[in-house]
Amino acid sequence: MTALANQEFFGYRREDGRVGIRNHVAILPLDDLSNAACEKVANNIDGCLALPHHYGRLQFGEDLDLHFRTLIGTGKNPNVAACIVIGIEPGWTQRVVDGIAETGKPVAGFAIEGQGEIKAVAAASRKAQEFAQWASEKMRVSCKIADLWVSTKCGESDTTSGLASCPTVGNLIDKFDPLGATTCFGETSELTGAEKVCAARAATPEIGEKFLKTWQAYMDEVIEPNKTSDLSESQPTKGNIAGGLTTIEEKAFGNLQKIGKKTRFIDVLGPAEAPARGPGLYFMDTSSAAAECVTLQAAAGFVVHLFPTGQGNIIGNPIEPVIKLTANPRTAREMPEHIDLDCSGILRGEMTLDEAGDALIDITVRTCNGRLTAAESLKHREFVMTKLYRSA
Amino acid sequence: MNAPDFLVHDNEDTVGVVVVESVKAGANLNGLNMTTGEKLRMEAQADIPLGHKIALKNFGEGDTVLKYGHDIGKIVAAVKAGDHVHVHNMKTKRW
Repeated sequence: MTALANQEFFGYRREDGRVGIRNHVAILPLDDLSNAACEKVANNIDGCLALPHHYGRLQFGEDLDLHFRTLIGTGKNPNVAACIVIGIEPGWTQRVVDGIAETGKPVAGFAIEGQGEIKAVAAASRKAQEFAQWASEKMRVSCKIADLWVSTKCGESDTTSGLASCPTVGNLIDKFDPLGATTCFGETSELTGAEKVCAARAATPEIGEKFLKTWQAYMDEVIEPNKTSDLSESQPTKGNIAGGLTTIEEKAFGNLQKIGKKTRFIDVLGPAEAPARGPGLYFMDTSSAAAECVTLQAAAGFVVHLFPTGQGNIIGNPIEPVIKLTANPRTAREMPEHIDLDCSGILRGEMTLDEAGDALIDITVRTCNGRLTAAESLKHREFVMTKLYRSA
Repeated sequence: MNAPDFLVHDNEDTVGVVVVESVKAGANLNGLNMTTGEKLRMEAQADIPLGHKIALKNFGEGDTVLKYGHDIGKIVAAVKAGDHVHVHNMKTKRW
């Protein structure tokens, strides 16, 4: 472990001390109405990234809180060097600006009402140009694994996920945890069947109890009132079933392999909630849909994502690079443009789990240093807000 | 040793996972228990696709299926050792 303890990577150290691995100037819409303006600004100015989404109007209560937490958290993510916020009106726009400004990074807001989109885009473009030129002079500096916030979630899983690609992520988590990395797993509903085994992996019985309450609430509030039969073809998905997974219980035990063999989780986070108990593994209450889950983890501040897939989920995220690994030899062969690490050798006895974990560490460090992931090079930028219920 | 045709997660498991791409009915398969390193032999009773489960014992209706050493569901149509176990003969106990 000595060599790994000294492992460095080159990242961007931000005003608040956090470390990013990308240097985006984000153009963030407050609401659906402002997507077009954001895309115009990103089109005008090189080095800018628009983050269009579907929501932001007439939301209320816990759903509105989550909307703000997701937008503000996205702007605060250290992979974002600076941020422009555009909204239809100035009040809520400023609320997002003020939240992001807590990091000390450059952020400015623009409202469309009263001046029209063309003037708003012109003003926002001038500011975006200033930010992008400023950001372009930021230098990468030497950082340690302890500076790294890593999230994980799997997708289009099959039985090879539970056999090899999820355990490979678990091997990395077990190696990063003693070094002081901050890590996160989620997918509340997809732990069904393995929820007691998961709870036993909490650092204390109280945290385990908090996890079980969170899981039970998801069952009581989301699944039970809305299910029709038994969620067949939704959970597991058609792709999961094609890949040999038969039940949610089987899928859950495979999923849980991502947290390794010994690492214990130290807290339960709400959706998009930033970790506040220091380094360690966190569970986050999320949907198991890939883009929703990764968007929430990115909004909580995670900078690099590990995504095991079986049948070949192709998800990316605009601000948090998604590293994809598979142990399914057919997926590795037929969908290579989506795969960053092929660990199917584990199934053939050609590679040990420990070797696969080291290979994942290598590709993770290279990604942190700037290597584009498969999903980044294919411009996969799925930014999907979680909505809790209908708007007012 | 030759690469295994199927893998078994845990000692108590009653199903294994086919990890090669073309298992035909009647094929003699090499298996490996990943926990103990023990080698296993099974004759496939059906064509079984990559990633799909093979029964390691006979099951009756209502029997529990163990994988990862844990309960992953129940059998809903009788299964012989070597059969393909999937949605046609197995179901969740949840939902």
